[in-house]
Parts: sequence; structure tokens; C-alpha cells
Amino acid sequence: MTMASTKELAANSRDIRPGRIIAWTLLLIGGLIMITPLLFMFSTSLKTSGQVYDLRLIPAAPTLDNYIKVLGDGRFMQWFLNSTFIAVTVTLSNVFFDSLVGYTLAKFEFRGRYFIFLAILSTLMIPTEMLVIPWYLMSSQLGWLNSYWGIMFPGMMTAFGTFLMKQFFEGVPNDFLEAARVDGLNEFTIWWKIAMPMVVPAISALAIFTFLGNWTAFFWPLIVTTSKELYTLPVGISSFSAEASIQWELIMTGAAIGTIPTLLVFLALQRYIVRGVMLAGLKG
Amino acid sequence: MAKIELQGLVKAYGNTRAVHGIDLTIEDGEFVVFVGPSGCGKSTTLRMIAGLEDISGGKLLIGDEVVNQREPKQRNIAMVFQNYAIYPHMTVGQNIGFGLYTSKLSKAEKQQRIQETGKILGLEKLLDRRPAALSGGQRQRVAIGRAMVRNPAAFLFDEPLSNLDAQLRSQMRMEIKSLHRRLGTTIVYVTHDQVEAMTMADKIVVMRDGNILQVGSPTDLYENPVDVFTARFIGSPSMNMIEGTVSGGKLAVEGASISGLTLPAHEGKTLVGIRPHDLVVGEAGEAGLSASGTVEAVEPLGSETLVHLSVGKAQLIATAPGRVVPAIGSTVSVHAGAGSLYLFDAVSEKALGRA
Repeated sequence: MTMASTKELAANSRDIRPGRIIAWTLLLIGGLIMITPLLFMFSTSLKTSGQVYDLRLIPAAPTLDNYIKVLGDGRFMQWFLNSTFIAVTVTLSNVFFDSLVGYTLAKFEFRGRYFIFLAILSTLMIPTEMLVIPWYLMSSQLGWLNSYWGIMFPGMMTAFGTFLMKQFFEGVPNDFLEAARVDGLNEFTIWWKIAMPMVVPAISALAIFTFLGNWTAFFWPLIVTTSKELYTLPVGISSFSAEASIQWELIMTGAAIGTIPTLLVFLALQRYIVRGVMLAGLKG
Repeated sequence: MAKIELQGLVKAYGNTRAVHGIDLTIEDGEFVVFVGPSGCGKSTTLRMIAGLEDISGGKLLIGDEVVNQREPKQRNIAMVFQNYAIYPHMTVGQNIGFGLYTSKLSKAEKQQRIQETGKILGLEKLLDRRPAALSGGQRQRVAIGRAMVRNPAAFLFDEPLSNLDAQLRSQMRMEIKSLHRRLGTTIVYVTHDQVEAMTMADKIVVMRDGNILQVGSPTDLYENPVDVFTARFIGSPSMNMIEGTVSGGKLAVEGASISGLTLPAHEGKTLVGIRPHDLVVGEAGEAGLSASGTVEAVEPLGSETLVHLSVGKAQLIATAPGRVVPAIGSTVSVHAGAGSLYLFDAVSEKALGRA
């Protein structure tokens, strides 16, 4: 046995430690638990209605009929577009307003700044379920029920986003902003031209969290809409079960198609999600 | 270009005063350096001139106009910051051009100005690069370029060289100085490094605890410091200070013999200052201060050797020619000639004169 191979063996035996084996096993189990429903979702979407309760992971006779049926249904495309419009609009709104407020709280000295920040932060402690009734009453009185605005307004600006952006803006050195001030820029332009480009990772993280949150939102859109044309994708898909019988194969097909944009967003920007989670110490 | 006047300028944070009503006139085209230890109020004063700090009292005039209430952009000044503050998401050219963001020049004129500035600062080949790809000295030049491109009434520099290594710092000192000669624009420069102050300034302003202690040319401050603080702050290594007593027109210092000096009128405890370069090893003159002490440490610098020695209770630094390196623990004689002793009142620490 040569010296090199002895060293390699030693290195390998160092790598295979009991702690490491346990960690990998736990991670593997955790991963399987998380991925199994997804696999069944894709599997079911490839089955006929008769095969739905056949719990084999690989369908006996895979078919794309469900996809043709769902995509051919005009309502599905409408819901897809509704979800896209809502998720994109709310994301843009959050990026704009959360950043603006976060920047103001991070970089300007004014009376009551700390109180305002605490007030914003304290809203994080109220669960959505408690807010739904006031939101509904408000929407009802202002005539926002059954409208895009009605679906979007509670999420147009969030405490989480404000907090996240404030933390990031605090890391931007004041010299940059002061240099721009001396160069004659107004405060809004300084925020837009100087501060914003310096917190792109935070903006990306916020955009991902907001987009995913709104893409998958179910509870509030279900409550605030009654017209099927205004349904978002999750609400629309669930309505398959409200018809004559529960059409699992169609529900799973809709869900599978609905997963694609979130997967794409995640794959493209996953490193920013990790940074955002690490910085905020929270999950979206 | 403009004259800058500070009339009783005050900066207070609540009940704490950071700058205590200072008066100063900076002439048009002058290179003025504010120097002092950390927390002396020099940066705060600069920031008040820039408009980045509100003025709590007094008046600030730029070009004979009171500008207390004016926004930074209305003061037509440009500032270079300690960490350069060049924007990482813009190229060198965009960074330099950013100084013209609010200017009404046409795009072509702006581009021409950027090119000209880049050429002056030796950055013309780097205009498309991002700051991350630049060295410290190049970044500093970009920051200066952004200030220059606007043709401001005055440049303000806030410790601009403190992030550079010693060699680059010395090079940049000369570059800034020659830039000043070429442009002739008023420069107000803040530093805690007395070498920068001495080598660059037309006029040095020494500050301490929010007050101006002394204003004068580098030579003036070196030769005629008004108090112990200025005397020790200006000059490197710092001036030696030994306790002495003047009695009946005679100066006595423990461990040293003094002869042939004409003393300023004073009686009582005195601090005697001697610059290390005036206290020479092995030289025995007629008039002046002579002493012998034990060598504690030596710093051979090539051209000269700094010799740390203890004379009585005092620790002194003397100089010896480059090739002379006394052994540690040996006893050497040192001498400071007539005219090289600075006398200060031991209580008020104010200068009494030279002997």
C-alpha cells in the first residue's frame, strides 16, 4: 500500500464518524418526509381518476390527459394570471414601501423613531387568523370585496419586510449617503440611486419571500373573493373539490403546474433566500 | 473658489458641546489642515462646513455669504471621505460623473469632464472598471475625481489617507498637494496625523477639546508652539519634556547641566521641551543643556538613530548619526544647544519662550 492511499484511507475514516452518519440519516429522513407529498402530487397528476387511490408512486399507465384538461380549461389560466398579477404587484409594492420605511427608520434621526419601529414590529406578533375579521369588515365597508385590491391590500406592506430592510440598510455606511448629499442629490434619489443598489441581496430575499407567500396564499383570497374569475390559483384548484366529486387528479395537476414558478424562483435566487434567512433570523 | 469664515462656530449635542465657538478665516486658495487627537472636534467642524451637521451657534460664511441654513448642495463644496465613499455598483467613470449628477451640462460635456478628470488623476484607462477591481490608492483618486469634476468652491477632505499604507500615503500626500497647486482651489483637510499636516498645509489649525489652540504655518507651529500640547503634537518623534525650575534667572534640571542660556522672565516650576532632533548624542557644546543617561532602546532608521534614554527620572529621545548605534545599557552624553530649549509654565502649560 502506498503512502498516498494510506492517507486517503485515513481521511475517509475520519469523514465517516458516527455523528456524521446520524446527521446524514436525520437529514435524509427529513428530506424524504418533505419530498414525499410532492412526489405523490406529481405521480397523481399523471394518473387517471380510476387510479387515484392506487398508491403506487409510479403510475401503472401514466397519462398527460390531466395536464391537457387543466391547461385547456380557460379558468385555470385565468387563476394562474390572477395569482401572477397579485404576487408580482404585492412583491413590487413590498420592495418599494418596506425599503422606504426601513431606510427611513435606519438612517434618519427623528422623534418617535424607536416607538414607530416597535409598533411595526409588534404587528408581527398578531396571527393572520385574528386579522381576517377586521380586514373583512374593512373590505366590506370600503367596497373592496371581490376585487384584486381586496385580495392584495393586507400584504402591500409588511412588518417583516420593513424589519428585514431596516437591518440591511443599517449596514450601509453613512459616508455613501453623505457623499451623495454633498453631490447635491435629494433624499429620495439618494435612497433610490445609492442605498437601494447596495442592499440588492436583501431586496432579492424580500422579493422571494413575498412572491412565494402570495403565490401560495389561500385563506384570505378564499374569504375575500366569491367570483370564480377572481380566484387565485390555490383557491381555484381547491374549487375542483367543491364540484360534484373530489377530482384529486385535477387538483394535483393544478398544484403541480402551480409549483413550477415557485421552483424556478427558488432555483434562480436560492442563495439570496439563505442570506435573507440568516440575516433576519426568521423564516418567511 | 472662495474664502471660508468661521465666526464663533458652536456645535452642541444636547448639553454637550463638541465645538466651543471657534473663529477662523480660510483664505481663498489656501490649504488649511485641521489637526488634533480623536474627539477634538476637527471632523465635526469640517462636517459643519460641508452642511452635514447643523450649526448650533455662530456663523459660517463661504464666499462672504452666510450659509448656516443652506443645504450641502447649495454650498458648492465637494468632500472626500475617509472610506472614499465610492459607489460599488458604479464604474469608475460613473463614480466620477456622479459629481455632475445635478449639473445642467450636456451629456457630451459631462463625458468630456469625466475624461479630463480621469486624465489628470491617471485613471483614464480604468474608467470602465468597478471599484472592487481597484487598489486603495486608485480608489482614493476616484473619490478625489468625483470631487474635482464639479469645479467646487472648496474641497473638504476628512482623513482621506488613513486607510492607505505608509508608502502610498506619502505618495498621495504629494499628489494632493500638487493637485492643489494646479487647481488653486481652497482645501480644508482634517487629519490626526501631524506628518500630513506638516507636509501639506499652508496653514495648520491645532484643535483640542473643541477649541482651536493655535493657527499658523507648519514652520511657525514647529518653531513657536503656544503650549505643551501643540509642542508635543507637532513634530515626530514628540518633543521631550523635562521638569525644571527657574530661580533667580537660572534654570535647573535634575540630571542635567545648563549653561550660557538667556532665559525668558519667569520664576518657579517650568517644563523644558527639547525636540529629539535638537538633542544630539555625543556632542558637547558650550552653551545649552548637557546630560548623560542610560540607553534604554535604540531605533536605527538608517539616516539617523533614535536613542531612548533615561536621564534622572525623565525618559528622553535623542538622535545620533545613522551609523552610530549605542549599545543598550551603555551610558551616553547628550547635548542640546542654545536656542533649542522650549520653556513652558508648569501650571498653565503655556509657552514662555525659547532659551
